[in-house]
Amino acid sequence: MSSIPSEQVSPGKASLFYDPKIRGYVYQIALVAIVAFLIWSAASNAIENLRAQKIASGFGFWHNAAGFDVNQKLIPFSASGGSTYGDAFLVGLLNTLLVAGLGIVLATFLGFFIGVARLSHNWVIAKLAMIYVEGIRNIPLLLQLFIWYNAVLKPLPNPRQSIALPGGTLLNNRGLYLPDPQLGPGGSLIVWAFLIGVAATFVFRSWARKQQAATGRQYPIGWVALGLIVVLPLLVYFVTGRPVSFIYPELAGFNLRGGIQIFPEFVALLIGLTTYTAGFIAEVVRAGILAVSKGQTEAAHALGLRNGPTLKLVVIPQAMRVIIPPLTSNYLNLTKNSSLAVVIGYPDLVQVFTGTVLNQTGQAVEVVAITMAVYLTISLVTSLFMNIYNKRMALVER
Amino acid sequence: MTDATTENAPYAFVRKETLPQEPAPLSVAGPLAWIRANLFSSPLNAILTLLCVWFVIDTVPGLVRFYILDAVWTGTNRDACLADKVGRPVGACWAYVADRTQYFIYGSYPVTERWRVNIVFVMFALGVVWLLWTRAPQKKVGAFFFFVVMPASAFILLLGGASAEGFLRFLIIVTVALAALYLVVSFAPGLMKFWIGEGQLAVEEAMPAWQRFSGPKTLILMSLVVFGVLAILADKIGLPRVDTGLWGGMTVTFLISAVGIVFSLPLGVLLALGRRSRLPAIQLISVIFIEFVRGVPLITVLFMANTMLPLFVPQEWSPDRLLRPLVGVALFAAAYMAEVVRGGLQAMPKGQYEGAMSLGLGYWQMMRLIILPQALRIVIPGIVNTFIGLFKDTTLVAIVGIFDFLRTIEATLIDPTWATPVTRSTGYAFAAIFYFLCCWGMSRYSIAVEKRLAAGQKR
Repeated sequence: MSSIPSEQVSPGKASLFYDPKIRGYVYQIALVAIVAFLIWSAASNAIENLRAQKIASGFGFWHNAAGFDVNQKLIPFSASGGSTYGDAFLVGLLNTLLVAGLGIVLATFLGFFIGVARLSHNWVIAKLAMIYVEGIRNIPLLLQLFIWYNAVLKPLPNPRQSIALPGGTLLNNRGLYLPDPQLGPGGSLIVWAFLIGVAATFVFRSWARKQQAATGRQYPIGWVALGLIVVLPLLVYFVTGRPVSFIYPELAGFNLRGGIQIFPEFVALLIGLTTYTAGFIAEVVRAGILAVSKGQTEAAHALGLRNGPTLKLVVIPQAMRVIIPPLTSNYLNLTKNSSLAVVIGYPDLVQVFTGTVLNQTGQAVEVVAITMAVYLTISLVTSLFMNIYNKRMALVER
Repeated sequence: MTDATTENAPYAFVRKETLPQEPAPLSVAGPLAWIRANLFSSPLNAILTLLCVWFVIDTVPGLVRFYILDAVWTGTNRDACLADKVGRPVGACWAYVADRTQYFIYGSYPVTERWRVNIVFVMFALGVVWLLWTRAPQKKVGAFFFFVVMPASAFILLLGGASAEGFLRFLIIVTVALAALYLVVSFAPGLMKFWIGEGQLAVEEAMPAWQRFSGPKTLILMSLVVFGVLAILADKIGLPRVDTGLWGGMTVTFLISAVGIVFSLPLGVLLALGRRSRLPAIQLISVIFIEFVRGVPLITVLFMANTMLPLFVPQEWSPDRLLRPLVGVALFAAAYMAEVVRGGLQAMPKGQYEGAMSLGLGYWQMMRLIILPQALRIVIPGIVNTFIGLFKDTTLVAIVGIFDFLRTIEATLIDPTWATPVTRSTGYAFAAIFYFLCCWGMSRYSIAVEKRLAAGQKR
């Protein structure tokens, strides 16, 4: 190194080539240029190719009539009824939200149950929970969906030999048929009573918590909630003269008529998503509970709390801080995994929109972009809400 | 209190010898006590235990009977697995799995060319063992083998034909050129003076020539040997082209996982470094890529790769049908890998960075020599978990029409030769066992690594 002429390394006059600031600018400009070039060439190629294939671009297809039907729909949709591709998008989106929302609720309950069970002192329960978690987590979700749909639900008997479940419910290879409740005169009062009961429970709960914080007195929230939510509507039901009747599904020809039909595709997807995600949530819950130091439990016992209140008031609130961030990712994963509906034919967003609509219109760029935008939005909104909740639960250090 | 008892008692007695130890009472030790403490500690517990036991008794014998006792193990077609043909209740039809094994492994790959797939399997296994076995020698050579030599030879072997031979020639030229360059640097550093600089030249010339040559010579030798063998194979036997449409089964499943691993790890490291970079444009681009890919389902990425990738490139380059999902899977895995690596980078104490900088190391030297080796070490379990997820996600390529392992099973289920009422449950059980063993093995490995690393951290 001694041979380097001294005037070149004089302080403050180092070569521009070695100035970290300049190098930073050069790197950044180079990267931006590369990315811009990639995007530009992709776009120009796409325009060129689309023109060669004579595929229209733009969102004009949105209002064109969709020439297909969908079996499960939450809004009216039919090919003969003049529904458009825009309606098809809504049908798919609502179906995705339905299965994801239900799946999240069910998977949370099942996951917490299994997670706690894995830590149980009861040897049999702990081992069964472990086998469940290891089995579920190490088998691809797609295979599990195949098993639920093709190996469990499809081999059910045909409608003529439906399995009768209690309460007039029928189960066969076309789905689950529930009795359809019909509200007679005054029936809407029952619904109102139920809604009022739920609202009143929330009001009472917040009042009781404030009272407890102020005076230390505890109120029986559980019993009051039971009374308001269950007994009140029941009372109204009997007072108004039992105005609810049911239309039971019954055999007509080769199929069942009446009742609410829940399609096997929906059931398979819901079971698959719930059990799969529950396996992951169980591990999250177990890790969260293990992260609470044992001293906390011992201190709570020393204060005279029994097992139930110790868990509810001391361990779970602290465990939640560890649990919530990974729990959020599991919710997002469940929502994203619901796109696997496409393999068993449940009409979710991907199946209806990225499948059928894309095939019919050929407008790959627009359709895939919209689908991705929807999932991105769902992801961002879910993480936003979970982050707000997380902030409320987070440890406040003073 | 005074010692009244001993003073007043006339027959004070002090035992001189110790009594033999008695076993603990049955109520606190032994199987009975264990059962009481662990299974019947409270009425609720007792009920739950009985429920669980009833559940096990209800399901397990049925499964054992179906999959083992009543199962059919030999046979050549569906007649072997039909209850009325056999004359007894029939369980799982393992004869079908045995008959179709070749198809499950190779898909429709031509029978005469399957030895090529076998060589790739052996190379893959060699690379995995080399990297994962703790006491294997020459880890760096192993990494070079796994990330450079193996993918290149797998490409040539599996595809074959003119394009693969052209690629092989190109690889041999590159290797020979590198070897020549390295020989010059080792034995006549003066010739490369303009490149290595005066200062480094003095250091080089102080060493004997053979020692200068010792560094990457193993890498170059190994590449030369592997590529040479490939060239002989291509020349003597000939490697006819096998179109990717014929590839299938476990071959494709392992191929997609391997491509995902080989590309996602370096790309993920780069993205993670980009995300922690202080240069705003680089950081922004990395964040957008990572969050975008992580926010959408893999299926939509695959759809995009399948339908949009051909649009984004000039028509004459239109990517192969197998290549499209490979690109999608690799990019998808890279985004997840980036977050894992970022965790490791964040866990590095600031002192490591400061120490590296105080030694005068530049950014890349600091990352390569100090930070990344430690950061990657602590996130090995996370990396393995990402691989497990990747391995399970390879099943999704079936949706865009690739015959992976699961798809070959689905395809045989409707094959009239073996269509019986029990074929489906057998096929799914076989698939479940395969995926379970692979994923469970990987997770065991990651747990073992975690334990080994934790042992180093113990004080």
